[in-house]
Formats: sequence, C-alpha cells, structure tokens
Amino acid sequence: MQPTEVQIQPVGVLRDPHINFAYLDERTKRMIRRAILKAVAIPGYQVPFGSREMPLPYGWGTGGIQVTASVIGPQDVLKVIDQGSDDTVNAVNIRRFFQRTTGVQVSTDTLAASIIQTRHRIPETPLREGQIVVYQVPVPEPMQHLEPREFETRKLHALQEYGLMHVNLFEDLAHYGHIATTYDYPVLVNGRYIMSPSPIPKFDNPKMHMNPALQLFGAGREKRIYAVPPYTPVESLGFEDHPFEVQRWDHACELCGSRESFLDEVLMDDQGGRMFACSDSDYCGKRQAASLAASSDSGHGVASV
Amino acid sequence: MKHMDALSPLMQVRHLSCAYGTRTVVRDISFDLWPGEVLAIVGESGSGKSTLLNAVAARHTPLSGQVAFALKDTELQDIYAMTEAQRRMLSRTDWGFVHQNAADGLRMNVSAGANVAERLMALGQRHYGALRAQATDWLQRVEISPSRIDDRPDTFSGGMRQRLQIARNLITQPRLVFMDEPTSGLDVSVQARLLDMLRMLTRQMGLAAIIVTHDLAVARLLAQRMLVMQGGMAVETGLTDQVLDDPQHPYTQLLVSSVLQP
Repeated sequence: MQPTEVQIQPVGVLRDPHINFAYLDERTKRMIRRAILKAVAIPGYQVPFGSREMPLPYGWGTGGIQVTASVIGPQDVLKVIDQGSDDTVNAVNIRRFFQRTTGVQVSTDTLAASIIQTRHRIPETPLREGQIVVYQVPVPEPMQHLEPREFETRKLHALQEYGLMHVNLFEDLAHYGHIATTYDYPVLVNGRYIMSPSPIPKFDNPKMHMNPALQLFGAGREKRIYAVPPYTPVESLGFEDHPFEVQRWDHACELCGSRESFLDEVLMDDQGGRMFACSDSDYCGKRQAASLAASSDSGHGVASV
Repeated sequence: MKHMDALSPLMQVRHLSCAYGTRTVVRDISFDLWPGEVLAIVGESGSGKSTLLNAVAARHTPLSGQVAFALKDTELQDIYAMTEAQRRMLSRTDWGFVHQNAADGLRMNVSAGANVAERLMALGQRHYGALRAQATDWLQRVEISPSRIDDRPDTFSGGMRQRLQIARNLITQPRLVFMDEPTSGLDVSVQARLLDMLRMLTRQMGLAAIIVTHDLAVARLLAQRMLVMQGGMAVETGLTDQVLDDPQHPYTQLLVSSVLQP
C-alpha cells in the first residue's frame, strides 16, 4: 500500500510518508495474518510466528503492536489502553506510533473504536460485533511456571493433559485457603485449550466468555499468537468446592459512583489518604459526564457522587 | 479381580534389545511378570539394568523386541504400538515410576499435598476437599505426618522424599510400579523402614513391581523372582532364594560372594 497523503490528526501527530503503512512490510503483515487465521481457526491454540524487531522494547507490547499492525486498515478507529487508561505512557506511545505510521483516526471511546489494543484490562463498556481487541501478552504459556520445558508443554496441550493447571490452584488453596491468583487467571477456551488470558485481572475473565468481539493475543518476545473468536465459550478454571470468583470492593468509585467496575486504589498524600476510582478512564469519564448532565437538567448544578 | 488375572501375565517382554547409538546395552531379554509379583533386576553398574527398566516402562524406545502389558480387562497389548496419548495415560494411572533421586519424580516447588494429589487432578478430579482428604490418607500410609501436607518436598529429608514419591505414585492404585534403585542413597535404618513399607504396600495392594537394584539384600527382602544381568544380557533368572542360595552362573556366584557380611 502506497502512502498518498499526509493527514493531520486532531492531536497533531503527522502521518510519516516515509514509513510503510502500519510500519511492517507487506510480507510480514501477510505472514502474521496467516498466523492469526490459524489462531482463529483453533481457538486458544498458540500459533508460532516470526516476530519482528519493533521500534519499542520487548515488554512494551511488541506482540500486540504487530497484531494490530497486521489487521489495521486506513478506515479503522484505534483505541489504545494500558491498565484501563487511555493516557498512560504505554498507551500514549503506541497510539502515537500508529498515528505516525498509519494516519488512522484514534479515539478514547470504547464504542467508537474498531480496534482496541489493550494491556491489563478489558473495557467495562460491553464490546460489539465487528470490534477487535488486541491483547499484549508477556507469557503466553499458562503452564510455564510448573513445566519449564516447552516441548513438554506443547505435548501437554496436544494431549489435553491439564492436571498441572489445577496443581497451581491447589497450591493457592493449601497456602491461603482461597484461590489467590488474581490476574492472568487460566481459562479453558472452547472446551479444548487452556489459555493464558494475558495479565488482565480475573475480574475481566467473565467478559471473554461469548464475547461478540474478536479477541487476538500477541506475544512478541515469545513469538506466539492466539485468539478467541466471537461467541466462543471461555471458562475460568476452579474446583467444585472452590469455584472461580471475581474480586469485589467495599467501595464505589469516588469519581463516578460505579459499583460494578474494576477499581484502582490511588494513594493521595503522605498521610495514607487513598481513593478508589475506576481503572477504565473512558467508562468513568462518560458516567461522570452523564451524571453532570442529569443534575444540571434537574437544576441542582452540582454532580453528586 | 477376574480369575483370568492369575492365568495370564501382567507384562510380557520378548527379545528386547536397546542401544545408545551403535552401542547395544540390552541384548535379547525376555521375561514374564505376573500380577502381584515383584521382580528384581540385579547386576553391576553399567550392566544395562536401568536401560531395561526404562524400556519396559515406555521411557526409552527399544531397538527391537516387544513389551506387552495387560490393560484392565483386556489382552496383552504392545505398549510401543499404542498411541503416545494411551501410553502416557497408562504411565500415570496403571503404572508408577519411583526414581532413585526423589527430586526427579517430585515437583520440588509445590507442596507435598499437591504432589500427591497431582495424578488425581490429571484424571479430572475437581473437588478440593476430596483431593486433600485422599492426599492426607496417603501421607499417613507412607508414614509422613499430615501436618507436613503444606510443606514443600525440599524441606523434607531424603527418606521422606522417597516415601512422598511412593505415595504420589500409588494414589491412583496402579497395578505395576517400576523402581530404579529406590533405597540407595538412604542410610541403613531409613532403608529398612522404606523396605518394610514397600513390602507391606505391595502385599496389601496386590501390586506388581519391577525393582532395579545392585543391593542383593533388597532383592531378597522384596522380590519373589530375580533376573541377573551382566553386559546387557540376562545371565540367570529364577526364584530369589534359589538364585541367591544356589547361584549357577559364575557371575552370579561372584556377585553373591561379594556381599559384605557385617
């Protein structure tokens, strides 16, 4: 694809005409797309791919960036989040990278975006058909901690020998009396493959189940791509007498009042003052705006929290 | 148990040869193992005992020959003709493998309870309370205090590790256990206790076992039958007492006369 014109983005990042669309060369994108197709065909299976060196260090989301670069087109609207927020360093840099290399429209609005690249969260706003969520994955192999040999873990996947996963959960119960794994909580995809959901909190695990959006996972250093196609069952592991549970908070978000969202605990001062607020900044901001509008309509003028 | 079990062997090994590259280390060995029988393979270091054990336990593909095992309620089946999935299933349900070095057979970084219960979880048991109860029961059967259930094996003594490894293997009620020098590396009193326990468990469970050892006393104590190896060949086989009291082959005579008497 030839870059034709320089578009000016609202935030003032120029499309660099000297770089191929979405940075990667076309052959590489094709190779990655083939891996993605295979991953979609076998939900939860880790497909090896020839991961490229990216102009960002490993651990900054090189896997996710390569996946996004391979699926993005000029008409797409991109949203990038890190820990639920659109304005953290990682999110800002990746967003600017794609603005410079593709010139696509960017947005912080979950519903407006056609591609959402994420690290550590799934947006609170329910996703819709046609959207793609791209996860950045540091460790794609869910059994790596207990079985470090990769030829062995591949065999365990192939033969569906997943006793090891429960050894992990058994350990949690033995030591803490409850399942203490709170993020990167293993899931069974489509009743077949055990998959690492990337380091999202287990709070987000139920959102993966039968999600209308396409979910793609890229691990750049480990050179693996895997996927959960739309409307695929995703089950979080557990024991019969200690089933999977998500985190709950005693607090509501102090900015928008939500009791349903994933909350961050924020330190406010040196006196130990702290505040609970939504980690999803887009969700929280929209709720604040809505309650502000509602209260000004009713004549009070001040948002009640 | 069906009556048939007493009439057909549990394992049948025919003309088994193993090689590492061009060097043949096991030559043309055949034997039958009957249900509930304990067979000792003895011989000096390098005689091919461990290779033979690995070959019959589906851990080392032989050069030629056959290893057949009678799965529950079926005829003898060639284990190397099975799919890998079947073979692995067999090794973690109907079989057990006790390593000389317990660290090879245990997960050193997870608790004793999880080590013992792992095979049950692999078989699909998903009730934590029930898994823990069975793990506790098995720890007691191998004389480990249930208060140690949440401790990691790297805090255990050598003898305890070996007993933990045995519990981990026996929890699925296997019918055949392979043991590679299970008592060497332990001091004599711990050895005696472990042997006592092994003898009791094999009797109680009607367990068949193949034990590789260089210690003739271990063979005498545990095994009904014995296979003496030298240079990769079986030079003598027979009932343990018969072989030890009236050795026929010069090598066996040498072996028996080499035992130190305290």
